[in-house]
Amino acid sequence: MGHVTDSTAPATQSRTGSPANADPPHGPAGPRTSSSSSYSKRFRRTYGTSRRSGGLAALLLLPAAVVVFGLVTYPVLRTVWLSFNRVLSPMPTAPSEFVGFKNFINAFTDSDLIAATGHTIYFTLVSTAAEIVLGVLLGQLMAQKLRFRWLLRAAILLPWALPTVVSASMWRYLLNADYGPINALLTQLGIIGSYRSWLGTPTSAMNMIIIADVWKNTSIAAFFVLAGLAVIPNELREAASVDGAGAVRRFFSITLPLLRPVIMVVLVLRTIEAFKVFDIVYVMTRGGPSNGTQTVAVYAYQTAFSNQNFGYGSAIALLIVVVVLLLAVAYIRMLSTGGTADGGR
Amino acid sequence: MSEFVSQLNRRRFLLGAAGFGAAGLLAACSSGGTGTGGTGTSSTGSTGAGATSGGGSDLSGTITGLFMKQAGYSEDHINQMAASFTKLHPNVKVNTEFVAYEALHDKIVAAAPAGTYDLVFIDVIWPAEFATKGLIADITSRIPANWKTDVLQGALDSALYQGKFYGLPWLLDAKFFYYNKNLLTKAGVDPASVTTWDGVATAAKAIKDKAGVKYPLVWSWAQAEAVICDWALMTASFGGKLFDEKGQPAFTEGGAVQALEFMRKSIVDGITNPSSTQSLEDDVVKVFGAGDAAMGLNWSYMFAAANDPKQSTVAGQAVVTEVPNGGAGRISVNGSSALSITATSKNQDVAWEFAKYVSSLEVQTKYISDALPIWKSAYDDPAVIKTAPEFVPVAKKQFNDMTNRPQVVAYNAVSQKLQVAVQKALLGTVSPQQAMNDVKPDVEKLLAQ
Repeated sequence: MGHVTDSTAPATQSRTGSPANADPPHGPAGPRTSSSSSYSKRFRRTYGTSRRSGGLAALLLLPAAVVVFGLVTYPVLRTVWLSFNRVLSPMPTAPSEFVGFKNFINAFTDSDLIAATGHTIYFTLVSTAAEIVLGVLLGQLMAQKLRFRWLLRAAILLPWALPTVVSASMWRYLLNADYGPINALLTQLGIIGSYRSWLGTPTSAMNMIIIADVWKNTSIAAFFVLAGLAVIPNELREAASVDGAGAVRRFFSITLPLLRPVIMVVLVLRTIEAFKVFDIVYVMTRGGPSNGTQTVAVYAYQTAFSNQNFGYGSAIALLIVVVVLLLAVAYIRMLSTGGTADGGR
Repeated sequence: MSEFVSQLNRRRFLLGAAGFGAAGLLAACSSGGTGTGGTGTSSTGSTGAGATSGGGSDLSGTITGLFMKQAGYSEDHINQMAASFTKLHPNVKVNTEFVAYEALHDKIVAAAPAGTYDLVFIDVIWPAEFATKGLIADITSRIPANWKTDVLQGALDSALYQGKFYGLPWLLDAKFFYYNKNLLTKAGVDPASVTTWDGVATAAKAIKDKAGVKYPLVWSWAQAEAVICDWALMTASFGGKLFDEKGQPAFTEGGAVQALEFMRKSIVDGITNPSSTQSLEDDVVKVFGAGDAAMGLNWSYMFAAANDPKQSTVAGQAVVTEVPNGGAGRISVNGSSALSITATSKNQDVAWEFAKYVSSLEVQTKYISDALPIWKSAYDDPAVIKTAPEFVPVAKKQFNDMTNRPQVVAYNAVSQKLQVAVQKALLGTVSPQQAMNDVKPDVEKLLAQ
């Protein structure tokens, strides 16, 4: 399932990236376009369009084509094929039965999938919102001229650099009800009276997963914000100070509106990633207790690999792709209209 | 000694890490996500070099085996077995890989079409599924006739499906009841009283009040197969059944509901550690080993682990007994495992010989500290009894009194439904009876597929 949705990610990134960079009033827009077109002319002159080298070019492209076909196109096509069939074994020789749209129709009445969708939406909304709010605050902090700023930046980047499996294992250990340090710390500080079973009930477990995800992914939001802050001209803030605006007013009237494009990019990336969440759940709770933390990606995995219902599992995976594509399209439209409207003002 | 072992491990890990990159790629989607799993490969022995062959066999080829990293034979010991096997057969090379139990099933499934493994470690609940789906080979014709009489039934069940052998019985296991004798004494509890489930509940209350143990009981009741094991054995000991003779749900009445009510009540009464609903067997070992629990159910490996001063603060205090009686007997659950030859293996002969070697009485006796043999004769052998005089007689009785979980193709999906239903009852979301009534139609639907 991962590869399917991943293929959309780069497209989203590059397209959403451009309005932010080429925002007409704030960025040096004019010269950029001309330089890039002259560059492409130069490229064409230098590397030529000599038809003789066409064969060589094809040969050189072959490895990439094999990789793209083998690792992206084929799995996607196979997933699509599987989703219209009833396949109950991974073996290539296994019998299959064409069932039309039955797998997709079943998905809409499957109470487990509906529950998993609810958990996924809750996870996506809460984690993305928290990551953006904290990301803006941390971005601001990192932009200040502090002593040991490099240390602060490194510390903020660290969670993001850890593989999710590692950070999820770490959180599972920290939150362990019997020998986890969090219980020890909180009881010794007198914040909680006795040890809590943080991952022991559905709601609490889901919130703990969100905390672990926010801990890890706020970094990337913060660094986007830091980059966004760097292109806001200082003159604007200085002018506002001269006009008597305080720090809070400057933040809400100048910084935040100008950060909008960057925040939008973070929003796009994080919602899409959050909707596909798998590894952190798989490691921390495996979907339990009583399926309370099961997300759609975990459910698709369990259906396909644990229960060997490959057809239905593929159908769920494709539905996830459709939702992610819809999200991506909606965001891209919001970004392109939002970007120009803001810029025009 | 321990330094030597750890050096060896590191070297092996580094060696294996290189090979794993290539070998594990295809299966990576299944196992890559597990933190607990951890995958290391290691290769043992080298072809020909320095082998002092005694067998002079004509076996040759390389096989790769997938084993469980948890209870039973340890990683080091399995690698030692592979090394001694290659000494007997110098032209054979045996590669070993290990994953946590929780990742094992899915890894076998994901790796099956690629033919990554020749030999896989399978749980007693998987033969129906793997055999029907064509993942493992039927090896009935290879099994010597005497095995059916010389091997304990529980172990045979882990390899049998519809009368055919889909693997070699290898690891015989059941859940046992453990208690901390010092804590029982401190609370004035007579050990003879914890031979029934009611006695356990009464003892737990006394221990909570008098021995200062907040939660005397700890269980592996996370949403995993582990919770089904505990529930299945309690159901049997309360005189109930999860499924009837026709394989249809029987868990909505009798012992199954009583067992679940007992489990829920122990949480409500504050004698069961509430973290049990997120705990696996290893957590039970840790909590019991830290002296934070006085009683618990676990596989045979806990006897050694809880009495090992390196990993337990209660070493010497852990006593192992048969599962308490709920009215129908001291019945445990069969947790045996087999070694199956994969359908895609190109070296089935080598895989067979290796599996036969590691399940032989000779090898099993050598590594008796890890697991008890599958062979009946071992339990009357004074040399075997001497290795663990407190344990072997208990095991001998318990291994003859075990219940099997149902052998159905959709077991995995059925079990997942039941895990959720049991947890809903344990967490008090719905009553035990309601949870069972609610899940029945779902299970029936899966069984009908």
